[in-house]
Amino acid sequence: MESKENSNKIGRRSVLKALAGVPVVGLLGYEILKKSKYDKAHNVQKEILNELGLTDIHSHVKTVTDASKGDLIRIGMVGFGGRATALAEALGFLDAGVFEKVGGAEAYATQIEFGNLNVAITGICEVFDMRAEKGLSTARHDIHTQGEFAKKHPVKRYMHYHDMLADKNIDAVVIATPDHHHAQMTIDAVRAGKHVYCEKSLIRREEEIERVYEAVTGSNMVFQLGHQIPQNAVFQQAKEIIRRGTLGKISHVETSSNRNTPSGAWIRHLDAQGNPKPGDERSIDWKQWLGPMPYYPFSIERYYSWARFFDYDTGLYGQLFSHEFDAVNQALHLGIPASVMASGGQYFYTEFGDIPDVLNTSYEYPDKGLTLTYSANLTSSRTHPRTIYGKDASMTLGADMTVTADRNSEKFSDLIGRGVIDPSTPMLSIVNDGGQAGGVDGVTSATSKYYASRGLTGTVIGGRNWDVTHLHLREWINAIRNGGKTSANIEMAYQEGVAIAMADISYREKCRTEWDPVNKRIIRVK
Amino acid sequence: MNAIQRNTVIVLRIIIGWHILYEGIVKLLTPGWSSFGFLSHSQWILTGFANWVITHDGVLQVVDFLNTWGLIAIGLGLVLGLFTRVAAFAGAALIFVYYLNNPPFVGLETGPVEGNYLIVNKTLIEAVALFLIGVFPSSVPFGLDSLIKKQRK
Repeated sequence: MESKENSNKIGRRSVLKALAGVPVVGLLGYEILKKSKYDKAHNVQKEILNELGLTDIHSHVKTVTDASKGDLIRIGMVGFGGRATALAEALGFLDAGVFEKVGGAEAYATQIEFGNLNVAITGICEVFDMRAEKGLSTARHDIHTQGEFAKKHPVKRYMHYHDMLADKNIDAVVIATPDHHHAQMTIDAVRAGKHVYCEKSLIRREEEIERVYEAVTGSNMVFQLGHQIPQNAVFQQAKEIIRRGTLGKISHVETSSNRNTPSGAWIRHLDAQGNPKPGDERSIDWKQWLGPMPYYPFSIERYYSWARFFDYDTGLYGQLFSHEFDAVNQALHLGIPASVMASGGQYFYTEFGDIPDVLNTSYEYPDKGLTLTYSANLTSSRTHPRTIYGKDASMTLGADMTVTADRNSEKFSDLIGRGVIDPSTPMLSIVNDGGQAGGVDGVTSATSKYYASRGLTGTVIGGRNWDVTHLHLREWINAIRNGGKTSANIEMAYQEGVAIAMADISYREKCRTEWDPVNKRIIRVK
Repeated sequence: MNAIQRNTVIVLRIIIGWHILYEGIVKLLTPGWSSFGFLSHSQWILTGFANWVITHDGVLQVVDFLNTWGLIAIGLGLVLGLFTRVAAFAGAALIFVYYLNNPPFVGLETGPVEGNYLIVNKTLIEAVALFLIGVFPSSVPFGLDSLIKKQRK
């Protein structure tokens, strides 16, 4: 036999031996088919999605459409601090030096290819010279052509925002000033025929709400408030799950925002070495900065750490609760609460400013049979995601989303009994994870729990990572060009403004507040 | 090598080939599969490279394609005993790269795993086993290579 094998002729047995791997491949193929059949028949994920009527939940994510077509939109930016820098980058503009430092064209490949909005920043209005310079150098360097496009659309500095609004060469404004300017600037801008993207919070005091609402609704201008959460793919799917009634009767929505750093408490006037940051009365137009607020001598604390002062802001409500309210209102359409009760105090950061560092607030919706609560503190970074409590299931909604069946749910008792649903772990989770494009996990696996613990600032739509702020601005630009509604439109902003003002009054005046929908005013119940 | 030694190496070749072939086919059959998730959690010396891959759409697509079809080709080569040596060394190298992206070293964070590993894990063992298959005769008589060799004679 050995001699046979050594000959040039290949024996039949040798051929058969050499082909030993072929039936193995065949067996693997057969097993794969068997497995896929079995998986199809025993797919708990599918079964849960079927039972919940959520098999098409993937499709409830708004697609990102091309926003570069149409006429050029010339944008003026009012205020150019930290938030404005982020907004400019989301619009496609970044200082050339920073651009190179971050990694140049390679680091911005996706934005260069897909993020072009065909807008130019042609105006900067800023009371502080140093920031104005930063704004100008940012506007002069667009990310898409690395400055070539921006060269054709020169940028101008305006010393007062009225001058910018009077200029016919500005089509739209982005307002990113301290909060005490937002309402009046928005009113003046829409009256001057400019579209407005305004950072939150739109209002600081009750009396601003009706005026800004009437000004915006009485104009044809497109308004967007700076709440980017609804652009998140996970959020859009969560909203649809709520709309279909998966949670059953909802009676409690819990929101919170906790932080534990001086910067998080808006103490921002010192640099890393503990020295005051730059700026004085010669380089800052203090009078314009104060605007309609009572006169106060120049203060570097007030200039940088304005959010600590009720003169310029509503503290936690305007800065953080506004995002929470918008998220909940976009998902549940709560509208204006019937009454609000707030309590808390300034117990830790007592050096300057007058905002509280601990707050607890209840917003009552008796017609919806629901209470919204907001708890916040500035002395602990332990957080928990927004939680929506339903009779049949509860939902957590942070960067990721989970839905967990209630062990006492009548609706799910059969599924729980059959072991399809385990009420001790989420039955549904949508993870904001790259590659899985808002992937739905029927039963949370160890892996998805592991990913869920990591928060992400972007969102994945169509297999691409998007900055949600970019998507929010894109929506605004699209609405300016093609019509249509913005997510954080003036109706939503109005409801939010009232909710914030009711809580703010309740805290500061130590009373319960009620909303009078007929006369559109807030009643203090002492 | 006696027949038992030789055939044991061949069995090892076929079962590792099975595993790699199946990994490749699963990636091919999973709609929208991408190495993005794996690479985004890369740790240790390949983190920089992994980040470069996932931030470049085109590169990621190429890596995904090569990964899926590379696994299928290597798996088929091992199961069938075709170009066995090339398949074994290529497989060893590829799997060693997987290992380097997530080695169970002290101080590196790992995702949930089903066992306990320190420096050595199953990925490393599989890479070394493939190397072993490459350096030992492992395609005669149970492999297509034995036919090719004979024809060349």
